[in-house]
Amino acid sequence: MRALAGWGRTAPSHAEVLTVATEEQVLAAFATGRSVIARGLGRSYGDAAQSGGGLVLDNRGLDQVGDIGPDGVVRLGAGVSIDDLLARSIPEGWFVPVTPGTRQVTIGGALAADVHGKNHHVEGSFASHVRSVRLVTPTGVCTVGPDRDPSLFWATAGAMGLTGVATEVELTLTSIETDQVLVDTDRYDDLDAVMAAMREGDARYRYSVAWVDCMSRGRHLGRAILTRGDHARAEDLDRPRLAAPGPARLGVPFAAPPGLLNPWSITAFNEAWFRMAPRHREREPQPLGRFFHPLDGVRDWNRLYGPRGFVQYQFVVPDERDGVVRAAVERLAGARVPSFLAVLKRFGPADPAPLSFPQPGWTLALDLPVGPASLPGILDELDELVAEAGGRVYLAKDARLRPELARVMYPRLAEFAALADTIDPERRLVSDLARRLRLREG
Amino acid sequence: MENAFGQPQSLVVLGGSSDIARAVVRKLCAARTETVVLAGRDAGRLEEAAAEARDYGATTATTVLFDATDPTDAGRAVGAAFDAAGGPVDLVIVAVGLLGRQREWEDDAARAAEMALVNYAWPVAALAEVRRRLVAQGHGRILVMSSVAAIRVRRVSYLYSGAKAGLDRLCVGLADSLEGTGVSLQILRPGFVRSKMTTGEPEIPFTTGVNEVAETVMAGLASGARFIWSPPILRYVFFVLRHLPARVWRLVADR
Repeated sequence: MRALAGWGRTAPSHAEVLTVATEEQVLAAFATGRSVIARGLGRSYGDAAQSGGGLVLDNRGLDQVGDIGPDGVVRLGAGVSIDDLLARSIPEGWFVPVTPGTRQVTIGGALAADVHGKNHHVEGSFASHVRSVRLVTPTGVCTVGPDRDPSLFWATAGAMGLTGVATEVELTLTSIETDQVLVDTDRYDDLDAVMAAMREGDARYRYSVAWVDCMSRGRHLGRAILTRGDHARAEDLDRPRLAAPGPARLGVPFAAPPGLLNPWSITAFNEAWFRMAPRHREREPQPLGRFFHPLDGVRDWNRLYGPRGFVQYQFVVPDERDGVVRAAVERLAGARVPSFLAVLKRFGPADPAPLSFPQPGWTLALDLPVGPASLPGILDELDELVAEAGGRVYLAKDARLRPELARVMYPRLAEFAALADTIDPERRLVSDLARRLRLREG
Repeated sequence: MENAFGQPQSLVVLGGSSDIARAVVRKLCAARTETVVLAGRDAGRLEEAAAEARDYGATTATTVLFDATDPTDAGRAVGAAFDAAGGPVDLVIVAVGLLGRQREWEDDAARAAEMALVNYAWPVAALAEVRRRLVAQGHGRILVMSSVAAIRVRRVSYLYSGAKAGLDRLCVGLADSLEGTGVSLQILRPGFVRSKMTTGEPEIPFTTGVNEVAETVMAGLASGARFIWSPPILRYVFFVLRHLPARVWRLVADR
């Protein structure tokens, strides 16, 4: 038995952890009759990969990496991390089609969260690049994909493990010529300016994301650094190479004392970050790791938030409701709730998955330390705004949403729950997240 | 399930008609709590508290009856309360208590025994069953209502304070036993609180109302601190009082 929590280190629960390496082991776990959920590297921020009193299946035993075909298709064990995959694929000239801000997620976890990256506005989310999945459910093992039992395949994308335990994923990789990205950087003095620039120019770039300072107020409310780019081609560089990113050089050895990250220290950090960025720079070569995985620079950085942990609040609202983004930044800046640089991004079309997070529009993600007494109430207010605007919060990040609003934000939840009941009539696939938001009840 | 801010969705209160417990329940229901089970002795008062919980947002609020002078019944009472919750219980508040009438009861063996049963023996028995159930569940939190009176027992209330002191110290060990189980125990140490329990008692410095205590409890649930002092300054006040020479202590405490 072991206490498990998400990356935000809040609301832990105790469960028996079994490392699985075969489909038979997963089936045996279901046969115990206990609640079951899969867990990868524990990068979900909230309570998605834990199940109090039940069995948590660590998928890191499913670690096979197949050969990469000439078309970029590769078969991967669900417990292979993006880091493991890139160590193998970059030297052969292949990159993951979609990557979150860290390489420390498993392929199974990436599918379960249907992760998105800086290219969502052009290339969609993770599941759109998956050809097939081996899925172990309480009623048997099956292979699903966009053209093979598509309803179960799409129900699995973004469902945070509630349709079964993925054991193997067939993924199409992206061809690259170098290990560098050519990056254009621009600094904007307020939120409206950066949003206008993204609306106008994102279509010209494959990758685009903005960092927003949520601590500056008044005239500089929401000042931002926008970085956009694409993979460098061999002819763009003097000495093109294909080297995988190395491990983090820095780490946080133990939980910091509470209050290390406070309005003053975070304001100072944000100020320095903003001033260090160039006002305008074009086609700067940056290594893949630096551009895509800023979160991997420091190991165990979540410990900086101290013993109480932190929540990440990420929402998406439709394009025409961009006022909600401004309202969120204003509300948090006004309350002096300390928040590191927030991430702002435009999403392209959604995929057909009922519980997948991305939908066309604007997404904003903020890291917020647990502590300020006003924070729970402010986030509840923002939930209302987001739901009213037809938007939603991201289940992979959530640790505090109201169950009623989950139904408003994910209107296809009832359809999902009915389908999940067909492959798991006894509702053994249960996580703390599912219990909290009643995801299996529809 | 409890959320990242320590706000529970389901709640069992042992001693559910306590004014402090009711104030905490109101705040919890206004936040996230949907399922409330109130256990206690007085059916009428429990019903009133249950109706109040529903007014504040609980979708179900039920009641369970028990007699706090009978510790052998505590296991059954806790079981009935968990059954009434109908699923995992995120928070158990132990608010059973009897202030009694010190001056009249201090030479009365039966009454002195009753004070020890209600304020110590019954809660200890109930905590054993709560512990077993929450550990099996893999998560949950226990909030035990102690008192600053437990830190240094006063002559004017030693039957009450002495029993609370026993409970408070026992809970420190119980909390240690829960490390690494996914379950945690927090000890609430309020000062003098204006409530039906203390009606007619003389007010002393640092007196608060029940809502102020509830506010402090909400912050304490979010922080996970083992000891929740209300008002928080009493932590420092009692650090001093605890070390006063007995003669000075009597002068301060026996007014």
